[in-house]
Amino acid sequence: MMKRHILVVLPHPDDEAFGVSGTLAMHLDQGSAEVTYACLTLGEMGRNMGIPPFANRVTLPSIRKQELEASCHAIGIRDLRMLGFHDKMIEFEDKAKLDGSIEALMKELNPSLVITFHPTLSVHPDHNACGAAVIRTIGRMPADRRPTVHCMAFANNHEHEIGKPDIINNVRGYLKQKMASIQAHKSQFQAAELLGNKKLSDAEIQARFGTERFWTYRFS
Amino acid sequence: MQLIDKTKVQQLLDILIDCDLYIHLEMTTGAYAAHLDLTKHPAATFITNAVIRYSHGSISGDGPYRVGLKTGIGWVYSEGLTHYEETDSDRLILAGHDPAGKLVVALQLSREPF
Repeated sequence: MMKRHILVVLPHPDDEAFGVSGTLAMHLDQGSAEVTYACLTLGEMGRNMGIPPFANRVTLPSIRKQELEASCHAIGIRDLRMLGFHDKMIEFEDKAKLDGSIEALMKELNPSLVITFHPTLSVHPDHNACGAAVIRTIGRMPADRRPTVHCMAFANNHEHEIGKPDIINNVRGYLKQKMASIQAHKSQFQAAELLGNKKLSDAEIQARFGTERFWTYRFS
Repeated sequence: MQLIDKTKVQQLLDILIDCDLYIHLEMTTGAYAAHLDLTKHPAATFITNAVIRYSHGSISGDGPYRVGLKTGIGWVYSEGLTHYEETDSDRLILAGHDPAGKLVVALQLSREPF
């Protein structure tokens, strides 16, 4: 069987950690796929700098780059592409340039599965703009050549708009990799809305992080 | 980053008087403000690598601190600053972090672009 190639396109270091790291660790561990992670920015406009802050606006990009590399190492991703776009500016970026960088990856890697954010239900403008760029780019391909696209969504109204996820991955066997991926983002994970500083029990970790949910995008 | 030492920040402000400087000025509630609390109004603004020059600059308040810079025909103002980068001696890196540790405001001045 030919190995599948999974292309993950997300805008910020740590976007991979919470929503998809378990799924990727599972595929890599089972040897069922190669994974390329294209991260659009270095998250250089992030507000979390560690508690107490050990980073600042100037040092944050290089610190988050190292954190991203450590996260990929924890998951087992060996092909990380940092595309160099500016954090917070994805929705304002030259669309030809943005789409062109994704199209180049599609041509080079010929993935059978692309994982990204849902183009309208992913809360952060960079998330939505990233998903929209992936959908635009793949939408321009002939229908019979398009890879499957799995979207992550978490806007407050998302299930009202798109229903229940059709892909629900049990990643409880890969929580070691997933928690290591989350904690690799040292400047970020202590934030209360992310992992926080509280020690979670195994049961809490399994309940909160043991399932990853995706919606297969339907091109009309 | 360290909690602001007012004397040291003032020394840096004095060093940078009458120089062409690149400024990064930012204020943000974070992109998730309204997602986490619908009553919150998400707002953010930044300008990066604009060039300014000031004739008077000072830090005031008892913490969080304010900084005002008097330019040729205008002003730069920032409130809510709590931290500075103590390892930089020829550029000024100031930030304001809320009690949860998140950056809310940033004011940076340098002779080189950011």
